[in-house]
Amino acid sequence: VCFESSPTAGARSLSLRQEIMKWNGWGYSDSRFLFNKKGQAEFTGKRYRLSGLILPSLKDWFEGTFGANLQHRSPATPSLNLSAVAPPNLNQPFVEDLKAAGLAVSHDPEDRVFRAHGHCLHEVFALREGRIGRVPDMVVWPSCHSDVEKIVELACKHNVCLIPYGGGTSVSSALECPREETRSIVSLDTSQMSRILWIDEKNLTAHVEAGIIGQDLERQLNERGYCTGHEPDSMEFSSLGGWVATRASGMKKNIYGNIEDLVVHIKMVTPRGVIEKSCLGPRMSTGPDIHHFILGSEGTLGVVTEVTLKIRPIPEYQKYGSVVFPNFQQGVACLREVARQRCAPASIRLMDNEQFQFGEFCFSLILLNFFLLKNFCFKGFDPQHLCVATLLFEGDRGKVLQHEKQVYDIAAKFGGLAAGEDNGQRGYMLTFVIAYLRDLGMDYYVIGESFETSVPWDRVLDLCRNVKERIVRECKERGVQCPPLSTSRVTQTYDAGACVYFYFAFNYRGLSDPVHVYEQVEHAAREEILANGGSLSHHHGVGKLRKEWMKESVSGVGLGMLKSVKEYVDPQNIFGNRNLL
Amino acid sequence: MASRALYSPRHPMLKKRDGFEDILEERRRSSDLRYALRCYTPTLYKGLVPCKASMLKSIVLQSDHLQYVIKQVSSESGDRTECVAEEASLILDEMAHRLQLSTVRFFAFMLNKAFKRLFRSVCVNEEGIQRLQQAVQEHPVVLLPSHRSYMDFLMMSYLLYMYDLPLPVIAAGMDFMSMKFVGEMLRMSGAFFIRRSFGGDKLYWAVFSEYVKTMLRNGYAPIEFFLEGTRSRTCKSLTPKTGLLNIVMEPFFKGELFDVNLVPVSISYERILEESLYARELLGIPKPKESTSGLLKARRVLSEDYGSMYVYFGHPVSVRSLTEGKITRSQYNLLPRYDTCNQPRSECFALKAYIIHTKHLNVFLSQQGFKGFCFPFGEPCLSSSRTLGGQAWRSARRQFFSGLVDFTNHKAICVLDDVYNCFNFLRNMFSNEFILCPGDSVQDFEEACYLLMKRGVLQVSEHEIVMSASGHSTLAFLSSVLDPFLQGYQVVSRYLCEETNENLTEKEFIPAVRNFALKLILAGRLKCYEALSSDLQKNALAAFLRLKGVRKVKVGDQVTLKVNKIAVNSLEDTLGKSDVISYQNSWCSSMAMFEIAI
Repeated sequence: VCFESSPTAGARSLSLRQEIMKWNGWGYSDSRFLFNKKGQAEFTGKRYRLSGLILPSLKDWFEGTFGANLQHRSPATPSLNLSAVAPPNLNQPFVEDLKAAGLAVSHDPEDRVFRAHGHCLHEVFALREGRIGRVPDMVVWPSCHSDVEKIVELACKHNVCLIPYGGGTSVSSALECPREETRSIVSLDTSQMSRILWIDEKNLTAHVEAGIIGQDLERQLNERGYCTGHEPDSMEFSSLGGWVATRASGMKKNIYGNIEDLVVHIKMVTPRGVIEKSCLGPRMSTGPDIHHFILGSEGTLGVVTEVTLKIRPIPEYQKYGSVVFPNFQQGVACLREVARQRCAPASIRLMDNEQFQFGEFCFSLILLNFFLLKNFCFKGFDPQHLCVATLLFEGDRGKVLQHEKQVYDIAAKFGGLAAGEDNGQRGYMLTFVIAYLRDLGMDYYVIGESFETSVPWDRVLDLCRNVKERIVRECKERGVQCPPLSTSRVTQTYDAGACVYFYFAFNYRGLSDPVHVYEQVEHAAREEILANGGSLSHHHGVGKLRKEWMKESVSGVGLGMLKSVKEYVDPQNIFGNRNLL
Repeated sequence: MASRALYSPRHPMLKKRDGFEDILEERRRSSDLRYALRCYTPTLYKGLVPCKASMLKSIVLQSDHLQYVIKQVSSESGDRTECVAEEASLILDEMAHRLQLSTVRFFAFMLNKAFKRLFRSVCVNEEGIQRLQQAVQEHPVVLLPSHRSYMDFLMMSYLLYMYDLPLPVIAAGMDFMSMKFVGEMLRMSGAFFIRRSFGGDKLYWAVFSEYVKTMLRNGYAPIEFFLEGTRSRTCKSLTPKTGLLNIVMEPFFKGELFDVNLVPVSISYERILEESLYARELLGIPKPKESTSGLLKARRVLSEDYGSMYVYFGHPVSVRSLTEGKITRSQYNLLPRYDTCNQPRSECFALKAYIIHTKHLNVFLSQQGFKGFCFPFGEPCLSSSRTLGGQAWRSARRQFFSGLVDFTNHKAICVLDDVYNCFNFLRNMFSNEFILCPGDSVQDFEEACYLLMKRGVLQVSEHEIVMSASGHSTLAFLSSVLDPFLQGYQVVSRYLCEETNENLTEKEFIPAVRNFALKLILAGRLKCYEALSSDLQKNALAAFLRLKGVRKVKVGDQVTLKVNKIAVNSLEDTLGKSDVISYQNSWCSSMAMFEIAI
């Protein structure tokens, strides 16, 4: 993926990101899928490898899968109707004090609307229809840790509600302004706190301001010969502070670990003051780890301002790979064996047959050449059951090649056939553009979303089957005319289980309230996940979307513990986004 | 793709036809041999894991659960694991079916011949078949036929073969295995054999449950078993054996299957092949042992006319919707999946499923309006219930219930609480006799009130129940239906109070009660012949045991019954209150309600 280089933090205007990004969809304004006059799909812009490409068979897949029709369009409202935005409810003394302290603030409607949502389906759907709900009353841009301290202090003094805003990629309704909030709501945008403060090559750590966006952090570290290795699918847009606040997980966690493994030190400003550890020791036995009150707190306790992260030298060698399995069962069995032998590559993902077909048909991503296909058919591979695993190896060359062989040997035991490097690489590329596809669907009456869970190994297959079937069933019961797309993939392996992703989309023509239907189906799917031994979330977080299951997930006492921490740290509920608890 | 199958239209081959179809009609017109050799292409379950009977065995033996139990048993008994595994393998050999299409074809040929001689017609509801065809494709299916005759399961397989449905595997009692050839033949037509009692045998239970669950999980074949366990002698539905139901529901609870469909099937006969045997058995002559020679001797039944036979395939009951909101499947999350010992029981649901099943059948029977059945009051109840299919017996009662009109101007008022108390007492007393879901007492009572109100029999206010003028005879009829049971139980309790000595053993109980009842009948003091039925006597004893009127004491290897005369007396008093005028109205209505509730 080629990321556009962005100007350095100092020269950046306050809302630059906002100018190059869509206000009512995913990603950059210049990058989007569309069907051209010939009915062929293309991806616009210059940012991605896929940009400018024509995808001739996407139309067939799209129409065939969803029963959609290019004649039936459901276009979005072209621009934000400013009159739909309610006038701000400002707390004047607070605003005066902020200005006196020299902080940048704005109550421009566009600024406020941009920070009022994440990327849940219902949020984007409402924006496309031009419906604007409760939005923050103003935005404030601190530029360093002490600015944040000042803002929080003033917020306590004037009793306003603060909602921290990082990259805005939340998919848990975490950024939605609570309806019942009567105080002035202030969005605290961390985007100006985006500097790498120091790099310590002796200890391989970097001290970074929490507002930095993933791709900027990675690029700047790369320039110095390092990387963090933390690559969540949203890394183009999500921020370091957001990762900490949601317990994010990166694609290459098998080598680098998830965010909780990567952080060495966190500084967070709370209404009670600043919370941090006194040293940079790699591990401490000092009671429960206070980092774990912060990790996953979802903006309910304070603002993460600075983080010390582990860094690694850029790996010498990277190699993609892919394996085709006769069916999903075999694929899962192989991943389980890889996990058992603890030899997982940097990333290993298993797509089910529906996703395989999607990749095959619309992007020709899994370009199975004629020879290969014939070979598969000969070996009894059925295209209706095939599934594919994509692999990414990293490290020094010799070890990577050795590692690669080990993994392919295991795969062979489960009937897996190596299907080439290119296919693997394309599979990963798809990760970054798949979010853009949802916007295309929404132009033609198709809505969808992904959600995830983690589950013990022996329940992976049952969970996938039951959840997929439940989705199909619920859609049918709720009057969805065409069978929905309901697919799953295993995206992470652990010693004791795996992370499973579901993609789900359907054609909503004929439904009077598609978003409601969508929400009911997603709700049912989550119930099914929980009933089958899956977790409430692996890395998306709880937000307000999944709050109702928190007690069931962590027990009443567990929830009480979290509540009492909140009670102590933020008795006035200054951080009043009402996530999680 | 799963989604495609769900959305695909119904089987195009099937035309919707109403009501019953006589399947013998067509058979009489065509060649039996050609029929037996016809092309058989069953509709298959969409998630079918193709697997042969022999593979099934190794899957079961290798299963985590069985391996776990084998280790457990071996560490408890001190035997080597290999020995225990060997034992498990032997159990499985003894149990497993060896379904073969050729045997089924042979049976199809033979049964064609037999059925055509025995029955005037065999009527099947084709709509039910279509529903089953649909159900079979979507989820694993469990067939739950009623059990009145040996004929039942032959008939089931015969029908499924005929309609191109997958052949079921059938849980059968071990006693069939003692029949030479026939046992093996049944095995090859899909029967698998279970011992009648294996309560304490962990290994046996594990092999058995894993065998059933494996077939279900892989969608190997529909599983058929008789909830009632044994054939019902009185044609009244028997209290179901829920063990097997639990087993088939478990894969759903543990998330191994998306859903399981339970399909109740009612098989009714105008005359049952074994009718004279049953009557004798109830009067105390032991059931002859199943044997091949016995079967050959029974040839003579072929020369008799057994009228028509009705097979009704009910609506599939989805276990998922049955238990929705009532069982939290997530409670299995914290246990390893092979472990089935510490898991919550689901008997209640099994029971509910069964009740739904019987209710379905009732609805069907009353819709069909079984003509020619009436309830002969004056005659001995035994014979009457024998001629009627058990279900028909119930529906006949209902028809009467709706049909009776009376003009007496009698008004009576009772206190609601009294009626409920009586109702509850009856419910308690007769819970072995009828299928009742524990804990649903209030619900049943309300339902009964509602139904009687709808008929204009009663008016229920907050504290009182008022009988309407026209309703009195309806109530009288309803309570008279229950009367044989009431009298029968009274006879048993009188026997327990008056005749027993200290050393009454359990074995002696039935013949002694029978003699006692016989004396009463001969002396003209008892008009109710049903009191002679050993089924009723057994149930009554169980009820008294449960209500602590009697307790079992083990002396040596004999079990004796100790009677608590005071308790039994008071139970009898309550039973007898229906004769006392002042209580009559309350009793009458509570009995009527009970009647409806069951």
